Amino acid sequence: MKRIAAALIAALLCASAGGGAAPAAVDQALIEGSAMPAKLSAFGLFAGNDPARPVASFAYTLRTPLFSDYAEKHRFVSIPAGKRATVLADGTVDFPVGTVIVKSFGWPDFNEGRPVETRLLIHRASGWVALPYIWDADGKDASLAIAGRRVPVAFKSPDGTAHAIQYGVPNRNQCKECHSRAGTIVPIGPKARNLVLADTVGADTRALYFTNPAALKPVMPRWDDPASGTLQDRARAYLEANCAHCHNPEGSASNSGLFLRWTDPVGVNYGIGKRPTAAGRGSGGMDFAIQPGDPDHSFLIYRLESLDPGIAMPELGRSTVHKEGAALLREWIAAMPKDAH
Amino acid sequence: MRFHVLSLAAAMVAVAASPAAAKTINVSAEGADANEKLQEALILAEPGDVVQLGAGTWTLTDGLSLDVDNVTLRGAGTGEGGSILDFSGQQGAGEGLLVTSDDVLLANFAVLNTRGDGIKSKGADRIVYNELRVEWTAGPKETNGAYGIYPVESQDVLIDSVYVRGASDAGIYVGQSRNIVVRDSIATENVAGIEIENCFDADVHDNIATKNTGGILVFDLPNLPQQGGHNVRVFDNVVSDNSTPNFAPKGNIVASVPTGTGVLVMANRNVEVFDNVFEDNGTANVMIVGYRYDQKDPKYQPLPRQIVVRDNAHGKAGFAPAFPGGAEIAAAMGGAIPPVLWDGAGDAIVLDDVGVLSLGLPDVTTPQSEAKPVPVKLGGTPPPALPAIVLPEGMEAKVQ
Repeated sequence: MKRIAAALIAALLCASAGGGAAPAAVDQALIEGSAMPAKLSAFGLFAGNDPARPVASFAYTLRTPLFSDYAEKHRFVSIPAGKRATVLADGTVDFPVGTVIVKSFGWPDFNEGRPVETRLLIHRASGWVALPYIWDADGKDASLAIAGRRVPVAFKSPDGTAHAIQYGVPNRNQCKECHSRAGTIVPIGPKARNLVLADTVGADTRALYFTNPAALKPVMPRWDDPASGTLQDRARAYLEANCAHCHNPEGSASNSGLFLRWTDPVGVNYGIGKRPTAAGRGSGGMDFAIQPGDPDHSFLIYRLESLDPGIAMPELGRSTVHKEGAALLREWIAAMPKDAH
Repeated sequence: MRFHVLSLAAAMVAVAASPAAAKTINVSAEGADANEKLQEALILAEPGDVVQLGAGTWTLTDGLSLDVDNVTLRGAGTGEGGSILDFSGQQGAGEGLLVTSDDVLLANFAVLNTRGDGIKSKGADRIVYNELRVEWTAGPKETNGAYGIYPVESQDVLIDSVYVRGASDAGIYVGQSRNIVVRDSIATENVAGIEIENCFDADVHDNIATKNTGGILVFDLPNLPQQGGHNVRVFDNVVSDNSTPNFAPKGNIVASVPTGTGVLVMANRNVEVFDNVFEDNGTANVMIVGYRYDQKDPKYQPLPRQIVVRDNAHGKAGFAPAFPGGAEIAAAMGGAIPPVLWDGAGDAIVLDDVGVLSLGLPDVTTPQSEAKPVPVKLGGTPPPALPAIVLPEGMEAKVQ
């Protein structure tokens, strides 16, 4: 993956040095049309269709990302020449039509670090469209997998544990389950509070692609960096990135009444002393999503640590337990005063 | 000339309502890629299309989903020789089939052994569930999924002629929705047969709820986006032998339902229970209670109010009351408690010619240990009868 990182930086330098217009290789007409090409190469989003050579306006990372089976994700945005995005008051980014958000998933120790899949979120005049592509065995191109697929992958997680899983590439509807706000598809990750542009993305590039680049100020801590925020703020950042895309009043889990956005108050609707609604086996025989001071009797933890589809949260995109994330939330709940609700 | 303009306008409306290209997409259970083909059909279908399942069994590892308006998913039957979606080996997704679009008809197939819920529809207005089977085939087990048929946050819901067995929560569960009809269906060996929760305006009629823990529940819970459940009519149902020991995972509200409950109304207003046939419900044929857990939701109303029970046929009931102290009360009353049980909080009118036992709990904060059971009469003049639920015509047409 180092190879990819290097290429990303090269692409960024290229973008900022070259005045920023996306190289002609990107097929803007295809992006803005209604087609769903069978091959990723058709879009021209990678030079020579090499995943290590994205044709990016800019690459980005997130302070606190969504956990996806320990996959390393490489994200970039392609904004059509002459257009700019705007950071809105609520921190979401209004990307112009013709924008593509590209995210590739891979593991450094699997298949020589080559990506397994690349997901596109394309902003067309009719709205955002999500398209999942799975890289072919020869690594030369990726094929549209509109109905998703399970792909066997093997890797080691940071603590050295070996995993061999049936990694789930989401189908187009499943993309929307998470990327849904009041029934329409929206981007999740690139919000001002979480979005980090590489240091190499200079002021010129920022001004080229954003009408209000000064609003790009990430305030969320890094979930795994105690120096970046308090325990509670890191836990809240983790819940925002991993849960809040569904657990908000306009998301797929709106009916649960459990709302876990960065901006939500830490009260009963945040899980503190909240009884299960439609949790079924997800309650694990416990009374509350979060029992202050007692992570072992908090079914939020139970669901995060389960792999059973009738229990596990998030419902999609996880075939392994994120031990380190669960440990953070355990620590947070354990530190709460026991009479906090 | 005027006539021409009008007919042109009418023609344009017709085109908009039913795209000329509406087609049937046939999907087969045969072939290594049968699952992917099925999901692909559900994604690529266009409004007006029918996705027709062939006869056979799909052995699915992941949840299916439909997000296109006005699509019909139809199978070749719910039994042997029909269209069976078997989720016994499911690896992901919270349900077997998820519908998130409007005007969908689901008909004539079976969903078996999902790890979580069977069929869920969320924000899916005017959905019709017709002639479906959702079943956990090993019967009641705590490891079964929670809800069989699960519409939530929807306007206009019709559930007609379905069969649901084995749900570890509710067989048919309608949550936070409005304008609902559940009819001509069978719910058996679930914890709750049929549950209407945090809903406005529902008719539950001509169903058979048997061998569940509780037959038909009308609930309202706090801290949810839609609460204040009201205007629910439960009538012409057969509610019998709801004797299955409660197998719901603890913590869920239905885990508190006593075995042997016929109809249970909790924290709703304007609920009418009439013309039902009750038989062999060991705790009570009809139970009317408040929400007794701690809660601090200022917008929540925990009491049952304006509940009307009338013109029901009551068979044997109350012979095995499965709540704390129930056996002692039954013994003191000659072996059985009356068929209607009220916790004593809120208000209800019972016009059936049977006994009513009040637990004498004046409010929802008085602990159950302070119950002072006493037979009561709950006469009075009921509020004006609720109107029948009327669904949009197009929905009724789909089940004709």
